[in-house]
Amino acid sequence: MLETIWFLLWGVLWAVYFVLDGFDLGIGTLMPFLAKNEYEKRVMYNAGGPFWDGNEVWLLSAGGVTFAAFPQAYATMFSGLYSALMLLLFALILRGVSFEFRGKVENATWKSVWDACQVAGSFLPALLLGVAFANLFHGLPINEAHVNTGGLFDLLNPYGLLGGVFFVAMFCLHGALWLSIRATGELKDRAMATACKLWPAVLVLVLAFLAYTFVNTKLFTNYLANPHLFLILVAAVAGLVMARVYLAQGQAWKAWGGSAVFIACVALFGVVGLYPAILISTLNPAWSLTIHNASSSTLTLKIMLGVALVFVPLVIGYQAWSIMTFGKPINSEHDLEY
Amino acid sequence: MDVLMLSRLQFAAATMFHFLFVPLTLGISVLIACMETAYARTGKDVYKRMAKFWGKLFLINFTLGVVTGITLEFQFGTNWSRYSAYVGDIFGSLLAIEATAAFFLESTFIGVWHFGWDKLSPRAHAISAWLVAGASNLSAVWILIANGFMQNPLGYEIRNGRAELTDFVAVITNPWAWNQFVHTVSASFCVATFFIMGISAWHLLRKQNVEFFQKSFRLALYVGMASTAIVVLQGHIHGNLVAKLQPAKLAAMEAHWETQTNAPMYLLQIPDEKGEKNLVEALPVPGLLSFLAYNDFNAEVKGLRDFPAADRPPVSITFLAFRVMVGIGTLMPLLMLFGLLKRDELTSYPLYLKAMIWAMPLPYLGMQAGWAVTEVGRQPWIVYGLMRTSDAVSPIAASQAGASLVAMVLLYTLLGAAGAYLMFTFARKGPVDA
Repeated sequence: MLETIWFLLWGVLWAVYFVLDGFDLGIGTLMPFLAKNEYEKRVMYNAGGPFWDGNEVWLLSAGGVTFAAFPQAYATMFSGLYSALMLLLFALILRGVSFEFRGKVENATWKSVWDACQVAGSFLPALLLGVAFANLFHGLPINEAHVNTGGLFDLLNPYGLLGGVFFVAMFCLHGALWLSIRATGELKDRAMATACKLWPAVLVLVLAFLAYTFVNTKLFTNYLANPHLFLILVAAVAGLVMARVYLAQGQAWKAWGGSAVFIACVALFGVVGLYPAILISTLNPAWSLTIHNASSSTLTLKIMLGVALVFVPLVIGYQAWSIMTFGKPINSEHDLEY
Repeated sequence: MDVLMLSRLQFAAATMFHFLFVPLTLGISVLIACMETAYARTGKDVYKRMAKFWGKLFLINFTLGVVTGITLEFQFGTNWSRYSAYVGDIFGSLLAIEATAAFFLESTFIGVWHFGWDKLSPRAHAISAWLVAGASNLSAVWILIANGFMQNPLGYEIRNGRAELTDFVAVITNPWAWNQFVHTVSASFCVATFFIMGISAWHLLRKQNVEFFQKSFRLALYVGMASTAIVVLQGHIHGNLVAKLQPAKLAAMEAHWETQTNAPMYLLQIPDEKGEKNLVEALPVPGLLSFLAYNDFNAEVKGLRDFPAADRPPVSITFLAFRVMVGIGTLMPLLMLFGLLKRDELTSYPLYLKAMIWAMPLPYLGMQAGWAVTEVGRQPWIVYGLMRTSDAVSPIAASQAGASLVAMVLLYTLLGAAGAYLMFTFARKGPVDA
């Protein structure tokens, strides 16, 4: 029971991470396509400016909780995905620094170098997270000693790549919607128009990904055994539809909320499908890492549950306050810090 | 090189680079919060300008600290997976608590602080500065409790082929961790105060913004005097703890080969690790080593030769790093003391001000050396007495570890250069009117 609660919490942490960092990764990826001048670029940096750091801590928490609750899964996952994870971390490092450093020197070359870091540092993580999670859904060649025997290029299979492209598109839509909240004038119009164009692409990609998941993974087994779980998928679709409907009405906040529901449900759909495995072994089901053979002791899980029950609501509370306080339209240079 | 050595180098590079930024953050965040509190209380513009000027340097530093910290959260899994699986039940939960209790608070409110100058009242803005400062120091508590477990494992039992938590209170009240916390945080305040004093001295020498930099210098001076005193005095207590809990580390710190009572400390000493002796031993202070270790000039101090060769830490690095740390620890309070005596006539002592500019790197070097003593001196153990470093490394290819090490060093060097350039530029520019 305790293990199951932690498994779900683990999934929730990833879901919140995707919802929150998803929008600033999306904005960074869209930057070369949306910003037409220096001011608009700065607006795009500032749109995620007050939040990117706090958002990224959800990744640290998801990693930390994997370590705390499922140490063997943490050990296998991150040593097994070594090169991909290093690439992800280096990209996130460059992106983080680009926020702070870019505007500090008035020099075109300096700025364009950091712009490149911002774009690559947003696009690559989005892609890699998608590739990684698709591969987790499918399973990895994990041997009896809990070691992933595959390499970086084994991850780049068609299903993994589809997952990557899907994540990029999903985050771009999410980012365009967030930019619609924070930008004004032409940039806002452009962001909304981009969101409208991205929406059908996301729809096609999610359907393709689900269909491919159905034939390529065992993710649907839990759903077919407990059909009421399909509600997660229904909620995902509802979120995506809501995003489009509110977008058409020009209600950016609500459209972004729809997209957030969509992303969270996509993540939860995958995690619930994995249950009770965290890492599926494609070599032998008995070698998979599950909540039964990879969890921490009951005492640790209990203490950590106490910690999570106190702090996670608190974090959600003050981060929501911060988003409400700072998630307002940027009207002029005066509102820019970066 | 094998995976073990590459992974150790990578961990050293990742932590040491990360730790160029952390100490300044720990100290200067508190000082900035003080400046903002003064502004909120008195409404005097100079305090706001101080908070903004030092805050700008703080943000550059903070960003590099944050992004290099991300790597560390995952390093245990990527390069030390056997360690992670073996002690994750305890160690992993401490890292997770650090992230949930401290990192969220710190990272959310640094955004609020950065973007909130015009949106929040001075009071609310000062509160967000305190939240950032408090959360940064809270993260130090948790990571040092985690490190404390590696140095002095407590509250566990070996079950199911791994270390499992049995007593959480023992883990979080580990005396090693709390000593390390006091030592690290007071040393961090040394870094921050020398930083502020060095930059202030540069401007004072040029007679620029004299009032502003005198105020900054003095604030840092008072805090710095206290911090250097704490770091040195508590360092002695910390040394006692090392003697008690990790006698091999103590022996390596002093390149002490033969077990003896009334053990002297040599002011000049050159160890010969291969020959298991010292090439040079000069200027002995009789009984000092015995006293430093056990508060008793006649106490017996076990020598390295009485430890099995397989259980000895690398002597040369531990010895040298310890000497560097102690040397800097001796110099710092003297510099502070002089400043304290001449605090009202600083500009009449240009030589002292110049010295304070050049003293800026000292506490940084002292901290790096101190951590080298702590971590290299703990070898060959990753968890003292419980797990050897060689048993902890991931089953990855040497080429993977090698490639990531090279990439990391390249990336960090470039970032460090860019960061240093920005720090220099803005430090020289001085305060702009708020």
